[in-house]
Amino acid sequence: MIDLQGYGPRLLQGAWVTIELGLLSLLLSIILGLLTATAKMSRSWIAHRLGTLYTTLIRGVPDLVLMMLLFFGGQIGVNMITDWLYYQFDIDIFININEFVAGVVTIGLIFGAYMGETFRGAFLAVDSGQIEAARAYGMSESLMFRRVRFPQMMRHALPGLSNNWMVLLKTTALVSVIGLTDMVRVAEEATKATHEPFTFLIPVAVIYLLIASVSEWGFARLQKRYNVGFGES
Amino acid sequence: MAETPLPLEVRNLKKRFGDNEVLKGLSLEARQGDVISLIGASGSGKSTFLRCMNLLELPDEGDLIVHGESIRFKQTRRGREPADWKQVERIRAKLSMVFQSFNLWAHMTLLENVIEAPVHVLGKPKKEAVDHARSLLERVGLAERADYYPAQLSGGQQQRGAIARALAMEPEVMLFDEPTSALDPELVGDVLKVMRDLADEGRTMIVVTHEMGFARDVSSQVIYLHQGQVEEAGPPDQVLGNPRSERLKQFLAPKF
Repeated sequence: MIDLQGYGPRLLQGAWVTIELGLLSLLLSIILGLLTATAKMSRSWIAHRLGTLYTTLIRGVPDLVLMMLLFFGGQIGVNMITDWLYYQFDIDIFININEFVAGVVTIGLIFGAYMGETFRGAFLAVDSGQIEAARAYGMSESLMFRRVRFPQMMRHALPGLSNNWMVLLKTTALVSVIGLTDMVRVAEEATKATHEPFTFLIPVAVIYLLIASVSEWGFARLQKRYNVGFGES
Repeated sequence: MAETPLPLEVRNLKKRFGDNEVLKGLSLEARQGDVISLIGASGSGKSTFLRCMNLLELPDEGDLIVHGESIRFKQTRRGREPADWKQVERIRAKLSMVFQSFNLWAHMTLLENVIEAPVHVLGKPKKEAVDHARSLLERVGLAERADYYPAQLSGGQQQRGAIARALAMEPEVMLFDEPTSALDPELVGDVLKVMRDLADEGRTMIVVTHEMGFARDVSSQVIYLHQGQVEEAGPPDQVLGNPRSERLKQFLAPKF
């Protein structure tokens, strides 16, 4: 048995941070992705341009750079606003950007762009006859989205979505640069203190693998559910 | 006594795709129990005409009046659009469409397909909708297939299921867009039989079709379209039995 030299509980806490961070970012990225896909498919010129700008910008800049930009740059921006409020209106507030929130927002923003492309392709893959039938039977756009478009789109989106999630999960390791104590950070600290990298990095790798395996099982179940009626399972 | 409004009235409908005018001012009046067959070569505009009736295509000009209610339009930069989409949705729910390629919702069972719009669009209680759906599926000979998904059914079964879905809305008018064109020949009969029964019980139907036998035996009126215009219209005996225009004679002549 590996002797974690007392770092066990902290490592588990770090793992929990990774999971929380991953799931919340995933949620945010899915919401942003659906919005982006809708914007890019919309007939509105502005919505289309905004969507394209977002995906081009995010996908063209390294994740690490974006994260630092948002965290440090974000703090500077917030400080400028609070300073201005203080000098102008004598309102004295101090907002400290929380590392966890910054992490969720950054990762969510990054993967929202990838999700947007995944969802867009998936929406376009839905047979237009299915949509037409929904229209012909008097469904509103929102009802049609919930009852026909979304459930049929998911079948096409899930492979890409699961792929994005795997990459997202590993991207969470970057948050240690903005000072968030995920399990990679704990392992790094422990390694520095004990000079035993394998003792800590191997459990970390195993935990990532575990999360990934559970996810894969979950996605397989979802895929099965959304494939109902389409002949493959 | 007040006059009951017609189930469907179309006045001077025009539709352009770019510079190409595909419908050049078409009118139609469907009285209660009418079965109107729209015939014509491909490209004559018959399907487009039908799709304009429930606004799957937006007509550029002309009026649509469903059971006395006229659809309101407004001019936008993109052309004419409905002024109130809620009104369009409400009216669409009164005009059930049966499509050439069935278009049953693939992720739902047959029963779920049939109750979907009654429950979610009309707000019918689910239990009531299910009972009604089962009786309709029974009617079209699919009682045992209620829990099958569309992909597990033959084309003919899917189309009969789609007819049950249309009936479940208790529509003012049923619109059929070439309902048998995508079917294997041996499956056409079952679908046509269901449609004949509907006509016999006094349903108001507008049918785009290539089935001249059906048009002759079942229709109260046949409209022959050519390049977006009515070339001949009238009772089937007259239009199909004694065509006047050379073009219609050609169209009806045996092809081999």
